[in-house]
Parts: sequence; C-alpha cells; structure tokens
Amino acid sequence: MAGTRTETEPLRIAGRELHSRLLLGTGGFRSLDLLAESIRASGSELATVALRRVELPSTVGQPGGGAAAGNGGVAAPGAAAGGSRGALIDVLDAEGVEVLPNTAGCFTARDAVITAKLAREAFETDWIKLEVIGDEDTLLPDAPELLKAAERLVDDGFVVLPYTTDDPVLARRLVDVGCAAVMPLGAPIGSGMGIRNPYNIALIRESVQVPVVLDAGIGTASDAALAMELGCDAVMVASAVSRAQDPVAMAAAMRAAVQAGHLAHGAGRIPRKTYATPSTPVVGMPDFS
Amino acid sequence: MIVLNGQQREHHAGEAVAALVDSLGLPAQARGVAVAIDGEVVPRTDWETYAIPDGARVEVLTAMQGG
Repeated sequence: MAGTRTETEPLRIAGRELHSRLLLGTGGFRSLDLLAESIRASGSELATVALRRVELPSTVGQPGGGAAAGNGGVAAPGAAAGGSRGALIDVLDAEGVEVLPNTAGCFTARDAVITAKLAREAFETDWIKLEVIGDEDTLLPDAPELLKAAERLVDDGFVVLPYTTDDPVLARRLVDVGCAAVMPLGAPIGSGMGIRNPYNIALIRESVQVPVVLDAGIGTASDAALAMELGCDAVMVASAVSRAQDPVAMAAAMRAAVQAGHLAHGAGRIPRKTYATPSTPVVGMPDFS
Repeated sequence: MIVLNGQQREHHAGEAVAALVDSLGLPAQARGVAVAIDGEVVPRTDWETYAIPDGARVEVLTAMQGG
C-alpha cells in the first residue's frame, strides 16, 4: 500500500524529517524502564528533557569536606545520583530518540536564554523547546518574556520551538521573529483538560506557515486526535502518558490517535448539520400499502 | 570558597572546571552535563583551562526527566 493516502507524510521542522507526529515528554515516568517501553509504544522520535543541578556528593557541601576537590578520586556519593540522571540520556540514545531540551521552570527571558545555551552545551543540539512561565499556579506562558527570549535565541542560531498560549496573534509574532514551529497549549500543563479553545488552535494553524505542535493539556487519546483533526502537525504529550495508570498502553493509544486524527484531517470531514441526511437512497422504495 | 549548586564549597586556587566536574564523579566527556559560572556558560572546550575564580557561583547541570 506504499504511496497511498493512508500513509502519513513526514513532519518537517527546520529541515529535519520526523516520521512520528507524536513528541514525548520524559517527565513523570515512575522509572526509566517504563519510559523506555513507553517510547517504543509511542513511536516517538523526539523526547524532551530538562536541565537541573547535579546532585552533590554529601561531603562536598560541608566545610572541611573539600578533600574531594580536584583529584577526581572521591566520587562515590555523587556518582550514584549523577549516574542515574545521566542514565536518562543513555535510555534516550538506546531508544533512538533525539533529545529536545527544554527551559522548563524559567520565569524570565534571561534565565531561559542561559538555560538554552547550557542545554546546547550539554546535549550538542541547537534545538530548544522554549518555555518561559509567567505564573506558578497555571504555568501559563509569559508572552512578553517568551517573545524576547525567542528573538534572542533565534539570533544566536537556535531552532526555537516555543511553548505558547492559544493566542493566534502571539503565535504569529513568534514566527515573525524566526521560530521554527509553535507549540500552543490546549490547556494548562498537566491539567488533562484537553483543548479548551479548539477555534483558536484552528486559527493558529491558518495564520502561520510553520508546524503547529499542540502542547499541554492533552488528557487522553481523543484529545490528541482532535488536535490533529484541527490541523495541528504534531502533538506533544507528557503527563497524559507518564501519569496514566498504564503508561505503555496510553503511549500506544496516543500513537494511534495522532495517526487517526492526521488521516481524518487530510480526508476532510463532512459538514455538521442539525437534521439527518439519509445515507441510503430514497428512490426505489417499495410501497407496502 | 565557591558556591556550587547553591552550597558553599572549599576551593583551591587555580582549580579548573574539568577538575571540578571530575570531582563530582562525572566522566570527563559527560554528555548531558553543562557548567555555568556567575551566570555565563562555560563551553566544554574551555573546561580544562578555565580556572574557577574564588567566590564564583558555579552551576553544574545535567539531564533530568521533564517536559
């Protein structure tokens, strides 16, 4: 069946071809084994990671414990912590997914830009999922800071994928400063509320020429399918999979939903009408009177 | 003294970033590790030669599940 319309076109972001239209967040998985299995079930080729402080060996923080410094011989306490975190990268490498670092937790353009530069050093990638958060309770993006950070990072050669609101005007501004894609939210991060403003998501799809990746808010497979039916080019999920009762099964469900929604969007749905239209011809009906 | 990841830490003059990273049990070429000093990124290529100044605020970061 190669070449038929039941095969989905690859997604292209900044010249890179992705055959899966599902991006996976690595946050919230109970174990790295579960993460690995979920990656396989999702078929995803791109997974987000955060940057956080290396855990220090317990002696290092104490005055007089500085013997650890410089000689490289004292590693044990920190090696375990650092090692388990480092293992995340090993898992992603082993599963063949590319790392998409994020700036999660940054509240200012300045912090996000520094974090992005550190991520570029750490992961040897110019790609950054840019998050600049404005509010701790909703984790909604801070639009002015986001735009400022996006502009600086694009100027510095980054491929910027900003986590943004469902505002079509802001999405256009982000593209105007050179973002390679936009990632509008369906609902607040981790809320599982689905797509609260589907009309805005459709408007964003119409108003920009770069890929639109629905990010945040997805609760279950039908939300992901809806995003694709609205014309989104891809969907990003994290909590919806990692915090599901069976993450691996939900990863498989998301994969199927994204494919189904993408196909349905391409197929062109019938218009909505209030009254019925018979699917069986009326002509040729027998008369039983 | 320096402040390493928010904790006071003893420090000897001339200690290079590479030595500090090594002392934390991270492999020298550790992928997924990045270092900032006083809010500026220290490129990996400078780790061997960059001497950490006394009083520096040093952040050593690595990959963590997120997003």
